[in-house]
Amino acid sequence: MSGVNDFAFKMATVNGTGSASANGLLMQAIFRMGIPVTGKNIFPSNIQGLPTWYEIRVSRDGYTARPEQIDLIVALNTSTYAKDVAAVRPGGYLLYDGSWPLDRELMREDITILGVPFGQMCVEAFEGDRTRTLLRNIVYTGTLSALLDIDMAVIEEMLREKFSKKKSLLDANFRAIEMGYEFARTQFSCPLPFHLKRMDATGDSIVIDGNTAAALGCVFAGATVGAWYPITPSTSLMEAFKDFCERYRVDGQTGEKKFAIIQAEDELAAAGMVIGAGWAGARAFTSTAGPGISLMEEFIGLAYYAEVPAVFFDVQRTGPSTGMPTRTQQGDFMATAYASHGDTKHICLYPANPRECFYMASAAFDLAERFQTPVFVLSDLDIGMNDWMVPRLTWDDAHRPDRGKLIPAAELERLAKFSRYLDVDGDGIAARTLPGVHPKGAYFTRGSGHDRHGNYTEDAAEYQEVVDRLARKISGAARAVPAPEFHLQAGAEVGIVSVGGCHGAVLEAVHRLKAQGIPVDYMRVRGFPFDTPVADFLRRHKTVFVVEQNRDAQLRALLTLETGVPRDQMTPVLDYGGLPLTARRVVDAVAQHAHQGTVA
Amino acid sequence: MTSILKPPVTHPSLPKNALGLTRRDYEGAMSTLCAGCGHDSVTAALITAFWELDVPPHRAAKMSGIGCSSKTTAYFMRQSHGFNGVHGRMPALATGANAANRSLVFVGISGDGDSLSIGLGQLCHAIRRNVNLLYLLENNGVYGLTKGQFSASADVGSTSKKGEANEQPPIDPVLLALSLGATFVARSFSGDKAQLVPILKAGLRHNGFALVDVISPCVSFNDHVGSTKSYRYTREHYEELAPVDFVPLRTEISAPQAADAVTAVRMHDGSVVRFRRTDDSYDPTDRDAAYAHVRRHQELGEVVTGLLYIDEGTRDLHALARTTATPLVDLPYASLCPGNTALQALQEEYR
Repeated sequence: MSGVNDFAFKMATVNGTGSASANGLLMQAIFRMGIPVTGKNIFPSNIQGLPTWYEIRVSRDGYTARPEQIDLIVALNTSTYAKDVAAVRPGGYLLYDGSWPLDRELMREDITILGVPFGQMCVEAFEGDRTRTLLRNIVYTGTLSALLDIDMAVIEEMLREKFSKKKSLLDANFRAIEMGYEFARTQFSCPLPFHLKRMDATGDSIVIDGNTAAALGCVFAGATVGAWYPITPSTSLMEAFKDFCERYRVDGQTGEKKFAIIQAEDELAAAGMVIGAGWAGARAFTSTAGPGISLMEEFIGLAYYAEVPAVFFDVQRTGPSTGMPTRTQQGDFMATAYASHGDTKHICLYPANPRECFYMASAAFDLAERFQTPVFVLSDLDIGMNDWMVPRLTWDDAHRPDRGKLIPAAELERLAKFSRYLDVDGDGIAARTLPGVHPKGAYFTRGSGHDRHGNYTEDAAEYQEVVDRLARKISGAARAVPAPEFHLQAGAEVGIVSVGGCHGAVLEAVHRLKAQGIPVDYMRVRGFPFDTPVADFLRRHKTVFVVEQNRDAQLRALLTLETGVPRDQMTPVLDYGGLPLTARRVVDAVAQHAHQGTVA
Repeated sequence: MTSILKPPVTHPSLPKNALGLTRRDYEGAMSTLCAGCGHDSVTAALITAFWELDVPPHRAAKMSGIGCSSKTTAYFMRQSHGFNGVHGRMPALATGANAANRSLVFVGISGDGDSLSIGLGQLCHAIRRNVNLLYLLENNGVYGLTKGQFSASADVGSTSKKGEANEQPPIDPVLLALSLGATFVARSFSGDKAQLVPILKAGLRHNGFALVDVISPCVSFNDHVGSTKSYRYTREHYEELAPVDFVPLRTEISAPQAADAVTAVRMHDGSVVRFRRTDDSYDPTDRDAAYAHVRRHQELGEVVTGLLYIDEGTRDLHALARTTATPLVDLPYASLCPGNTALQALQEEYR
């Protein structure tokens, strides 16, 4: 039910008309009013002309999942009017451009329709087509400010920050805001029943997207080499890394850069560069999406078998093939966990929000170097590209990177003989050396069959000794990856397992189920391979739901493969249409089951 | 079959280089290639080049892809790190390693299958980036390990061991490199060590991507009558361009051969490449002329060898990116992490 500081509204516009910055302005203004808010951009794979939407959820309780109902829609795209009008909840509101009459067939009796002649107002007030188009967004921002009671002082402060150096633009924007605001104040009953009221709930938070946060994590982890090929939705990760490096890693006097970012010819080369750099001793990473992972598989197998640290950010999008590049999904669990041909298994981290993107980015480099192996950070489009409100990040200045078993020159000097793949202490991890450090450290890295000394082999026993150790090594990583997060309730017989970007919706669902008298335990897995607490949770619950965003229940498949818990004991709750998960999807699935149980 | 290590036999009378190392110190594991393989001669030339240049073996990095040629990185300089990666992708590995540690001496070894088919794109882009790397393409026109298929460098009309004629036009790495803006382009022959060694030395000292295409016959699958990559065919159609001397920085030129030299190119480190006169006055700094010369002789069925083109005035990967002179791997963590104070300040922009 909507109410003060608890509602959702949505802007339907045309891609490339400048609505994105107006929508961002709205979201940030609400955040600055101290009210928890989430913005989700639902955009096309297009530069200009196709429909785009922006959903803003205001939640005094701090819920971040995608809204289930839309209380107000700003319908400014004629090509999607019908769909947009239908999207409003009964009793909700439609705001449209009243410069032209609304098609009679699109009218609805059960909603309130508000017309504002945005286009006409802009034509009268401003010169030039582009300016008029852009400022139309600011006019509706003004109207929404009146309807929702957004603090105009906050809006004006933000416009001043944005256009401080462009006086003429600032004036035009102020005028546009005023026009929209005044029209609403004089023509409509403001504010609407659901509206905003200042809170003090965002003081310790920031608004950031996951790709930016991950890039920041790479900077703090000491990554120096980034190699990549542009691909939606991961592009902004490497671009943010570049921006941060330009800011923090350029020598003020010489202009010399303490980083190397290489835009590769394709994802194959990007993976190769990362592995080459990791082999030479740099902390190196790439950012990509599913199609890139497919291309990188060959190199991933090499890094696994030759034991080279490498970090891969997979900002997942809808697959298979090109799929829907601007829609979200969790479709790469299987593709990353066992990427490449032959027997492989990889460390995977599953951040749930931008804050975890930051910390897991840093953890990924430590794990990659400690276990000398590829590490995947599986974010998704919703986490990576949307603005999330998350608690402020902090960094422990005492932190030192875990470089793993890396033999320095002085130690090599003392060593009688170095063998690259020798397991000295039984943890499956052999010590490595870097090129250029010491003549005794030299070894030959190869993806072909090798023995524990790194020499070429076609001998069955020598080959098996190495691959068996690799299996031991990766098993050991289960205890080093981020531990699962548990939300337990007394008397719960139902367990929910979920992962990554589903978290917000699942947590909200858990709270709502509790309110309905259905206690559930919730476990969010955060790393792969799974440690024993994961299997214990599955065995402890009679009924287990596995909530994830793909068609084939990939997380459930991984759980079955890795823990031995039969798949039929886990009920999948799947959502894979490309939009972020809603809490209702989870509540309905669990409540329906609980209800059936009672009836039976 | 496991790898065979050579016994480290040294004889006190073996000559030593400036580091006090003998040629033996630059050797590697025993070659497992066929007896008479051209690649083994190239390996021997590399050993000589590195030894004569006094490169400390552990300061070199040997990169390769997959194939007969790529195996050879195991057969020299056992005190160097070597990386035998995946087929056709050596340039990416070398680029990443070079980005991370620019202070190493990089040699990449590839073949015609590795470079001109599966890895053609990577070769082209490594040239574009001007990665500081000696890139050896051991070219035999044939896939050896899979027993005799034509490669993309096979000439039209050249026949396979089974007698089948190749009808697809070849990709010539030299013409390709010249057209892509490569800054050092050479062609040589595994059977001509006198020519190959100075070219390799110049390539190692070149400040950028040095492509050396070496005709290196495959004795098992492409050394028969009818092949244009056989020892015999190459010798009979060999057209040596300006013979090259490489004069390292430290060497004093006691007997100037000015009368004989037409061109002397100074390398970035002060070394000199000297081209001796040939019948036609060839200018190795003229890209278009180099291209035309190679084409003209190809039409006559001749293989032009020598250092064909050199440009020392260009910038390598790091110069283009303005990377710090200190290798990235040597930067202390404290100079890379902005710290919590900076993080807190930054986050004011995310409110």
